[in-house]
Amino acid sequence: MAYGEKVLDHYENPRNVGSFENEGNIGTGMVGAPACGDVMKLQIKVSDEGVIEDAVFKTYGCGSAIASSSLLTEWVKGKTLDEAQAIKNTEIAEELALPPVKIHCSVLAEDAINAAIADYRQKNN
Amino acid sequence: MSEKKPIYLDYSATTPIDERVITEMLKYMGPESNFGNPASRSHCFGWVAEAAVETARKQVADLVGANPKEIIFTSGATESDNLAIKGIAHFNHKRGKHIVTCKTEHKAVLDSCRQLEREGYEVTYLDPMSNGLIDLKVLEGALRDDTTLVSIMHVNNEIGVIQDIEAIGKICRERKITFHVDGAQSAGKVDIDLENLPVDLMSFSAHKIYGPKGIGALYVQRKPRVRLEAQMHGGGHERGMRSGTLATHQIVGMGEAFRIAKEEMAVENERLLKLRNKLYDGVKDMEEVYINGDVDHRIAGNINISFNYVEGESLLMALKDLAISSGSACTSASLEPSYVLRALGRNDELAHSSIRFTMGRYTTEEEIDRTIKYVRTAVEKLRELSPLWDMYKAGIDLNSIEWAAH
Repeated sequence: MAYGEKVLDHYENPRNVGSFENEGNIGTGMVGAPACGDVMKLQIKVSDEGVIEDAVFKTYGCGSAIASSSLLTEWVKGKTLDEAQAIKNTEIAEELALPPVKIHCSVLAEDAINAAIADYRQKNN
Repeated sequence: MSEKKPIYLDYSATTPIDERVITEMLKYMGPESNFGNPASRSHCFGWVAEAAVETARKQVADLVGANPKEIIFTSGATESDNLAIKGIAHFNHKRGKHIVTCKTEHKAVLDSCRQLEREGYEVTYLDPMSNGLIDLKVLEGALRDDTTLVSIMHVNNEIGVIQDIEAIGKICRERKITFHVDGAQSAGKVDIDLENLPVDLMSFSAHKIYGPKGIGALYVQRKPRVRLEAQMHGGGHERGMRSGTLATHQIVGMGEAFRIAKEEMAVENERLLKLRNKLYDGVKDMEEVYINGDVDHRIAGNINISFNYVEGESLLMALKDLAISSGSACTSASLEPSYVLRALGRNDELAHSSIRFTMGRYTTEEEIDRTIKYVRTAVEKLRELSPLWDMYKAGIDLNSIEWAAH
């Protein structure tokens, strides 16, 4: 299928690929399932002030899934947890111009950041 | 298309028309050519066209060891499958309404069977073994007194495995059950001798072996005579089994393609096997690489490989310089991986990570060298990105994790 320019850019040059060691200031979200063809792992490093200092991802999935997670890591950096949580999948889908059959990729990205935030909050409660 | 065309490794999807075939076809198209209707009996335009059709019929028959009178021209293998399956089922509906086929068949067979189910027939869809081949015991166990038709493909389009149609045919003969074989992917790639094979009907396609699209044939055995109900009604062409003006140029093209295949098949298979082995040898040392389908009972030009922990669609995207196909159909909203690989019992990850490479007449060694390079780079890049690969490397069993299906 034909991909949009932004999807291709993120796919060819994914931003913030990597992993963090699992420490107290790290929140990890892993969503999706291999059986469904996509798994996203998103990690955030949170400062004492509750600001996301850094974010990394690894994604098993199609180009749109990779692009959605790559874009999201760019977006959440510098945001507070609440701000990051407010990011909606529709914004990701719009920014990447995802076709209807790929909307689920943006949904998965939203799930991933929410899961990472929840994980961080659980650890730091 | 982009300035530079990708390397074509999708010969099981279709093939280009051989230049020699095009030359023959052009003789039956333009105003200065032999463009007549083969059914015209009153002038030489018709006679010449009819002679050309009969020559082609013989060329098609010769490749598969049939009598020319047993070859019915159709619009392609899909129509042949429809005609064979519905034609036999309808003709024998008083004798029984049970059909046996396999889960890995082409959609033309599966959907014809689904249609018959809607008409009140019963269909058994056999599970193949994990290597893609039919377990003869399972087949025998599925046959009933009211079974009128068994339909099994000769060569699978996705995984390239070759079924033992002789053994399956023998079982059918013993029980007087009609046996149809979809030969779209086998003609010109595997020796076929219908005179001695216990096969009643066999579907063929021209465009899979360097002939034109839009033309195919159905072999209908004459001795003993196989009778079926026509699905296309009209002028009674093709002995009443398939009405419609014969497409002379297409038929001539199919004939020439089959003639060339007969002549060159042995040499071509040897060359393709070398290329296939070279391709596999070039990637097999990467970890977690699996061949889908039996390695030995397989046509020379097909290899279907799963690169575990890499998702098929992103792999296709990374391999944009290759024209290949993936077993993963993530483009559909359903995210269904290949039903063929699923039927082999491949787990979803492996089914999602599969790529089919099919080589053919114009594939060069240099292209395979480049393909190996592209594949290695792409798989390594995507594994770097893959959380599943990390988990595998960390020794985590993916099956031990409770995934939230979405």
